Amino acid sequence: MSTVATQVRLWYWGRISSMVLAFCVLVHLAVIIYAVRGGLSGAEVLARTHGNLAFGLFYTVFVLACTVHVPLGLARIVREELGWSEHKVNLLAAASALLLLVLGLRSVYGVVLA
Amino acid sequence: MTTTLEVKVWRGKEDGAFESYEVPRLESQTVLDVVTHIQRNIDPTLSYRYACRVGMCGSCAMNVNGKARWTCRTHVAKVAAQGRLELAPLSNLPVVKDLVSDMTEFFDKWAKAKGSFQGARTRHEPFALVEPESPQRRAADAGIECIGCAVCYSSCDVVTWRPDFLGPAALNRAWTLLNDVRDVAGIERVMAVSGDAGCHACHTQGSCTERCPKHLAPTAAIAGLKRLSVTMLRRQK
Amino acid sequence: MNTDKKRRNDYRARSHPAYWAFVVHRVSGLVLALFLPVHFWALGHAIEGEASLDGFLRFTDQPLFKLAEWGLVLLLAAHMAGGIRLLLIEFGDWTGLRKNLIAAGAGFAAATGMAFALALLF
Repeated sequence: MSTVATQVRLWYWGRISSMVLAFCVLVHLAVIIYAVRGGLSGAEVLARTHGNLAFGLFYTVFVLACTVHVPLGLARIVREELGWSEHKVNLLAAASALLLLVLGLRSVYGVVLA
Repeated sequence: MTTTLEVKVWRGKEDGAFESYEVPRLESQTVLDVVTHIQRNIDPTLSYRYACRVGMCGSCAMNVNGKARWTCRTHVAKVAAQGRLELAPLSNLPVVKDLVSDMTEFFDKWAKAKGSFQGARTRHEPFALVEPESPQRRAADAGIECIGCAVCYSSCDVVTWRPDFLGPAALNRAWTLLNDVRDVAGIERVMAVSGDAGCHACHTQGSCTERCPKHLAPTAAIAGLKRLSVTMLRRQK
Repeated sequence: MNTDKKRRNDYRARSHPAYWAFVVHRVSGLVLALFLPVHFWALGHAIEGEASLDGFLRFTDQPLFKLAEWGLVLLLAAHMAGGIRLLLIEFGDWTGLRKNLIAAGAGFAAATGMAFALALLF
């Protein structure tokens, strides 16, 4: 019973996060293409992001969606291509989720509030 | 058109090898004609399956030049452009001998997915009324022509990577039954197909839909199962 | 890893668009997944101040880096397009394997890559 509920939830949250990411990535691609004109510089980037709470909110949502979405994909790959056990797969998923969450929120903090 | 075909045929079990035969090429020849010619005229020890030879039973399914097909419905002209054929048993299944696959696990998974109808009415009650144009009936009708030939099962890489994966045919059958308003085993069936190595393991590679000789779409059925598993689980809570 | 020795498919069974779409989606996803922590770490330089971030950006001014960045943008666009196709297959009405979307997705990725390259160069 728990396996079914787990599988359904993993699929469901994978799809929800992908819908969020579809929107975020579209915006991000536009931002990248705009920002990269004439070269990137620390001053330019931070001038746009510093204290910009809308920016901070958007990228926080982006990071959270990644934290859900990326480990799911990685888990499938190691399960199918490397034949890892369920236990090992779950460890990898948790570890990658934590890594992305910490580094991601840290970077949002860095460009908005630091 | 060459006058002869060079045909490599798998002989033995999993640890066997390809053997080459030369077969005369004829007009409107099917691959089944070729295999039959080899067995009757060249090597009587060759084992292979067929029954109806008119594209109705699915017994003749095997790998022709790497793709799962029905040999009775495969014209040589279509697949042997340079006069060369490679025949092997279906993938993802144990080999009994030569071109014959052991279909046991295919049907075991059918049962595991609760792929059989369960009704509640008896002969004393009136017939069930099923609206033919209802979305549910149309969804069921789209998948019920499956004859269990295992071409889709052979073509699926997820079956290769996850040996427990129920596979496209079993899941397709489960979907048709879940859309049958007369069936009463819905909950058990959804549970059976939504576990580990269930419908959620499908990656929409689409090889099943691409290769199905009856032009069914297990991919569609599995997408439906994914959606249904969420709504059913919500109702259970 | 073929422990049961059953016959497996080779490239011939995989030569159709929907399978290629799967491969692109998986490879792009893997590369992006490996890149993302690096990307976060790079941006985190901002914590040490503008000079630190700028120093890092100057380091990545080399052509090889720019090529890699372009590749990543391409993969991101491709992964998103492939993902949207999957969402439509799973949640939309069944209209087949949506091969038109495979082509559209490739086009979108190419266009995005081009836009990025142009923005980078001019």
